[in-house]
Amino acid sequence: MLYYSLKRLGVAILVAITVSLITFSLIYLSGDPAMALAGESASEADIENIRQFYGYDRPLIVQYFDWLGRALQGDLGQSHYLKADISSVIFERLPTTMTLGACAISFGIVLAIPLGVAAAMRPNTLVDRFALTIAVIGQALPSFWFALLLVFWFGIIWRLLPITGTGSWLNYVMPSVALGYYVTPAMMRLTRAGMLDVLSSDYIRTAKAKGLRPMTVLFKHALRNAIIPVVSLAAVQFGFMLGGSIVIETIFAINGLGFLAYESIQRADLPMMQAIVLVLACIFILITFLADMLNAFLDPRIRVA
Amino acid sequence: MLRKLLTTTTLAALVASLGAGTALADKANDELLWATDREQAVADPYFNNTRELVIMGNTMWDGLLFRDLKSGEFVPLLATSYKWVNNTTIDFELRKDVKFHDGSAFDADDVVYTVNFVSNKDNGVLTYKNVNWMKSAEKTGSHSVRIHLHKPFPAALAYFAQAVFMMPSGHYDNVPTKADGKKDNAAAKANGTGPYKLNSIKAGEGIYMEKNAGYMKGGPKGQPQISKLTFRTIKESNTQIAELLTGGLTWIWDVPKDQAEKLAAHPAITVENAKTMRVSYLAFDVDGSSNSKVFMNKHNRAAVAYAINRESLVKNLVGPASVVIPSACHPDQFGCAQDVTTWAYDPAKAKAELKAAGNPDGFSFDIYAYRQREFTEAVIGDLAKVGIKAKLNFMQYRALRDLVWKGTTPINHMTWGSNSIPDVSAITSHFFSGGRDDPAKDPDVIKNLEVADTSTDPAVRRKHYKAALEKISAELYWLPMFTYAKYYAFSKDLDFTTTPDEIPRFYTAKWK
Repeated sequence: MLYYSLKRLGVAILVAITVSLITFSLIYLSGDPAMALAGESASEADIENIRQFYGYDRPLIVQYFDWLGRALQGDLGQSHYLKADISSVIFERLPTTMTLGACAISFGIVLAIPLGVAAAMRPNTLVDRFALTIAVIGQALPSFWFALLLVFWFGIIWRLLPITGTGSWLNYVMPSVALGYYVTPAMMRLTRAGMLDVLSSDYIRTAKAKGLRPMTVLFKHALRNAIIPVVSLAAVQFGFMLGGSIVIETIFAINGLGFLAYESIQRADLPMMQAIVLVLACIFILITFLADMLNAFLDPRIRVA
Repeated sequence: MLRKLLTTTTLAALVASLGAGTALADKANDELLWATDREQAVADPYFNNTRELVIMGNTMWDGLLFRDLKSGEFVPLLATSYKWVNNTTIDFELRKDVKFHDGSAFDADDVVYTVNFVSNKDNGVLTYKNVNWMKSAEKTGSHSVRIHLHKPFPAALAYFAQAVFMMPSGHYDNVPTKADGKKDNAAAKANGTGPYKLNSIKAGEGIYMEKNAGYMKGGPKGQPQISKLTFRTIKESNTQIAELLTGGLTWIWDVPKDQAEKLAAHPAITVENAKTMRVSYLAFDVDGSSNSKVFMNKHNRAAVAYAINRESLVKNLVGPASVVIPSACHPDQFGCAQDVTTWAYDPAKAKAELKAAGNPDGFSFDIYAYRQREFTEAVIGDLAKVGIKAKLNFMQYRALRDLVWKGTTPINHMTWGSNSIPDVSAITSHFFSGGRDDPAKDPDVIKNLEVADTSTDPAVRRKHYKAALEKISAELYWLPMFTYAKYYAFSKDLDFTTTPDEIPRFYTAKWK
């Protein structure tokens, strides 16, 4: 188990460094960051000043290792645009994105698991088809489109929910639904498949033969086993949501990490983009790592694979 | 593309069907809420080069002068009078009744400090182009100063009115030091003399301002009317519209044309189209530095110019406040001569020019653009009608400008906003004085611009700008296209007047 853990950890670190290197290169490929910082009406002299001021005139590899060296010591630098300490900005906004992610994944789980269970209890019936339809719609509907529909109906027509901001829990309702719906299909299908598998197993038949109540069989014996892979998937989807909240945070003007990432890309705030990618990659890798560990703990065969 | 199609058919398509009765809450709160799509974390016009800070610079700070939009003249604001001593020296007498937001009195020391600080390159002013023409300032009395320029700079008055804002003496002295040892000047707390003062900044959310009750009396900006002025960042234009409709916002701009036209039908919203200082142009690779040598031949450039129906483009795509421009500048800018060689739409002449160039069947080339793809696509459509095939390369501004500087674009379709400076030196001199942006490096043009840029005699300036602009148009180094227009949408409760320089005067707004 220790060897397996160390191996996974080593891979995780390599992935984080590779992600940051690729991001760094892509940012430069998209154009001169000094020009982006200077703005559209900047003169040559303005742009040259900015290039020198922020050190963009140095070789790319020097800039990368300079940044990486400081990042490894915990110094993520200063945002060129916000003129603020990057660590402070990120950790100020991370809770908002984490809250949104947690609300969204909760919504996804609350919707997906009952649907999956219902579909598995009555396979190939109208109930199953209904659950499948909801899943297909969730997979096919672009989240920005779904978000705009929510804004239109709940924000403008019925005036039930606030459209932007994070002032109260009500502000999180529409974004969480829009974001969480996207992950529902995968969890619903996995729950359904797991439940179908478990419900046809011998120990369930034995439990039924012993005269246990159907609800006890279903939730105490069947669901507890069927849900294990769903928990792993939910953990990974949570990581995905942190990075994937960019569109939702943009639409609902939520001051989180996704919105910050979008803004930073647009204004070529190199140190900020690098830091966000690194932080999100680390969170994602950590969650994946924990999910791997959980799976290995639950299923010893994985450790020797 | 899919996203654009879907979004434009959701909110904007449906809002027009909503009825009246949407009582907007901001009037009751006496708060004007405006939003744009860009986050502003630094409220200092010298260390933030966005349009939002140009607006806030004029709202929370004052310059020595003020541009009267009705007369086009520069009148004293923090100054009481000014006088050119010679081509590089200007004297100002200052008002004695002005106070900064922190209560300290404004005097000559503040002007001397501000000018000497911002003109020092080492202080890292982000908008250095706006101030680098000033050499130094000296105090000549408690309320009088003398400002020295590096060289004659006739556009100085425009910059004193719109870009050089006065800070209190010692404003940046006690800012924190960053990890790299440089001073963090952007961290200085905003303290101006303007009609609104800063209340707080919440990064990512907004900037909160309130009326400066002690604002100078009798000044050209008047007195602020609305108690609170709040700037919010809302990236998505559909969300901005949704908030405007539900009272979460009072004022937005940059509304897409199709959405603006639908919003105009809403009884609680006023929609206006106003001109801006931004112009659109096509720049030709006249020296053949790109792979395509086709535009070294003036007949080919003329064929392109005759083939594009700019009037139709303006009418159908840009907006009613937009106009076709004949010369390489904005008609509202000083020295922007309009009586130059023009290239009106005429496909027959375009074909004749192609024939004269030895390309009767047309030719192919790459066109580069970064803004409003549909405008460039309309150009491509017009060119195709006479046999000229243009392949669109649409990219981000920073990537495109890099290519333009390298000279690898046969034609680039660009825009320029001149920082709202109403003087030809802010555009024509920038692009045709021999720098990296200059596609032609024509010695005659360079010489004329140099004379015009360094003379303080308006007649001399006009004469030489005209000569330069005529050569640029006649030789077709650029094909000037049109002025940009911008759609504003705001609550019907708000008495707001749009301005042609993209600097909304929120301090003049009031409730109806």
